[in-house]
Amino acid sequence: MEQVVVNGLYLGAQYALIALGLTLIFALMNVLNFAHGQMYVLGGFVTYTIYGQMKLPFVLALVCSGLTLAVVGAFCEKFLFRPVIRRSKRDESTMLLAAAIAFLLDAVILLLFGEKQRGVPKIINGVFLSDTIVMPYDRIVVGVVAIVMIATFVLYMQYSKTGRAMRALAQDRVAAQLMGVNVERYSMIGFALGAMLAGVVGGLLVTITGISSGIGGPISIKAFMMVMIGGAGVVGGAIAGGFILGMMESVGLTVLREFGDITYLVIFVCLMVFLSIRPNGLMGKPWG
Amino acid sequence: MITKRTSLKIVALGAVSAAALAMGGLAPAFAQTKELKIGFVGVTSGPAAAWGTSNVRSMQTRADWLNEQGGVKIGNDTYKITVVTFDDQKDPRRAIAGMEKMAQEGIRYVVGPNVDDGAAAVRPVAESKGIIYFPYAFPKSLYEKPASNAVLGMVANYQSAPEIYKFLKEKKGVKKIAFVAANESDPLSQRDGGVAAAKALGLEVVAANDTYQNDTRDFTPVLTPIVRLKPDLLVLSGVAPGNAPLLIRAARELGYQGLISAETAQDATVLQEGAGALANGFISVGGASTPEIRSKTMDEFIQRYTKKFGEYNDESNTKVYALDYIIETLKANPAAIDNVEEYKKTMDTFTAPNPYVKEGHPLKYVGTTSFGQKRQVSVPMVVTEFKDGKFETLFVGSVD
Repeated sequence: MEQVVVNGLYLGAQYALIALGLTLIFALMNVLNFAHGQMYVLGGFVTYTIYGQMKLPFVLALVCSGLTLAVVGAFCEKFLFRPVIRRSKRDESTMLLAAAIAFLLDAVILLLFGEKQRGVPKIINGVFLSDTIVMPYDRIVVGVVAIVMIATFVLYMQYSKTGRAMRALAQDRVAAQLMGVNVERYSMIGFALGAMLAGVVGGLLVTITGISSGIGGPISIKAFMMVMIGGAGVVGGAIAGGFILGMMESVGLTVLREFGDITYLVIFVCLMVFLSIRPNGLMGKPWG
Repeated sequence: MITKRTSLKIVALGAVSAAALAMGGLAPAFAQTKELKIGFVGVTSGPAAAWGTSNVRSMQTRADWLNEQGGVKIGNDTYKITVVTFDDQKDPRRAIAGMEKMAQEGIRYVVGPNVDDGAAAVRPVAESKGIIYFPYAFPKSLYEKPASNAVLGMVANYQSAPEIYKFLKEKKGVKKIAFVAANESDPLSQRDGGVAAAKALGLEVVAANDTYQNDTRDFTPVLTPIVRLKPDLLVLSGVAPGNAPLLIRAARELGYQGLISAETAQDATVLQEGAGALANGFISVGGASTPEIRSKTMDEFIQRYTKKFGEYNDESNTKVYALDYIIETLKANPAAIDNVEEYKKTMDTFTAPNPYVKEGHPLKYVGTTSFGQKRQVSVPMVVTEFKDGKFETLFVGSVD
């Protein structure tokens, strides 16, 4: 059982980090970024190229993944989402735009990096062994880094000037504007930060799970599930959603294995029941 | 009086007339070269893109090579090969649309689809429009009578699994076996076939229900309970090349020390990048894959593929065959060029040298034992072991 719990915590830390960027963008701009998974994949491929192919230090590769995606995110916000939000009153417009960006990124990534699954050398070798728990050191490192990054992100949002401005923006866009917050600037920073998080997670996890061009869609779906569990647009909710999903997966795959692959079936049923009782998720607020 | 303008007109008319005459004289020579369109309907995008992409790239590489040599002579005509592709995105509905597109273009021979449901979905279109297709899917109903238009493009797992398990039982002392498969039709049907083969050999099946979502990225939770059962052999049923290194790595890191095998073709680079030395000893099935058995033609094919696309894909060791089978069968019976019934007649007696292996394993249609009729291409069943970034041949078998 200890192994199941450790697996769940480790998966949860991964998932929470994936969901953070998605929920941040939603909170700031009310945009469901369907391209979040593709941004994760792009980040993974940047790390693969720099660390796996060019043999440069992993930390440098991770920084480059973050910066690349921050630029991509800022570009998307300024030149794509901002004009659409300004001209269209309908939420579907941004959703369609996000879906189009997802398809575009999918195609570009396939062209640039090919169809094969890619992997990089392990960042640390060896396995932690005890009587009840087996966990490779690189997974422990990635899990710890993920938790540190989540904590840093929460502190940044809580105490930095930029973080406060973005929180104000998330709470009430008009009020924040009236209080002197530069809405356009902080929207762009927020989108860049969300995309950067996706890129960094992709870069971080390429050392464990590798990366391939077609996984963006499934990653996005999982991220949406976590956000729905925790509550859309709430940072704490995304973290909680990530850990809950990770734990449910780990427990389900162990307890329900004799019945075939019904773990996700059970998770989806639980999610439907949960949302019918609590449509805003654990920590979400009613729309509008 | 002849003005300057009139002179120019006369010169221009003369030049055009001379060009027309020259073209007319050359026309019979051009008329000899026709176009032979071969279709591909399969998955070249999304998580399973590797399956179809290796198909398409193999076909394009081989077609370019043949065209460079002046095309292929079928009967009295010489044909340039054109490969027409359609990405079905692993969606049966799109596969149907793809097959209909092929029919509209007058294409009689199509490679693909890559998965069971796609292959089953296109069957009515292929049969009603008179198209022979080469799926990489295993359901026997596609190849057994009354079906007659599908030709299996590879060795099925129910043909290779008994051979592999028998070899491992006798040579490596395997007694306990566990299966894990993605929760999709192909891997699940392959798992069921594998379980039946293992039981028939008297092996103890300790895990037969464990499955995973095909988009799983970390397999530690999936494999934790299986590893605890300590099987001698862990079979990754129908595993996609992208998932194989992740599964191997997770199993090894959880302390699993037994054998791991798959009945699907894999790629050495993907295994090396994704699992490194942890993939050593991994057993899988490929075609003409290892240097020990492949011919110079296969070496050149690999070089051309690599030059054209930047990187070779070991799955193409099997997928290189389909186009050659179509062309060689048409050469054997030119009347089949636009008549698939003629093609079917030729399949029963067809045989041609295999350009991709050093000796033996001629091109011929097989499948009588499995399907009751010859509806499968014969490719060498090369069972390989992964070692330090390369596949090494364990044994070579064949299907009848």
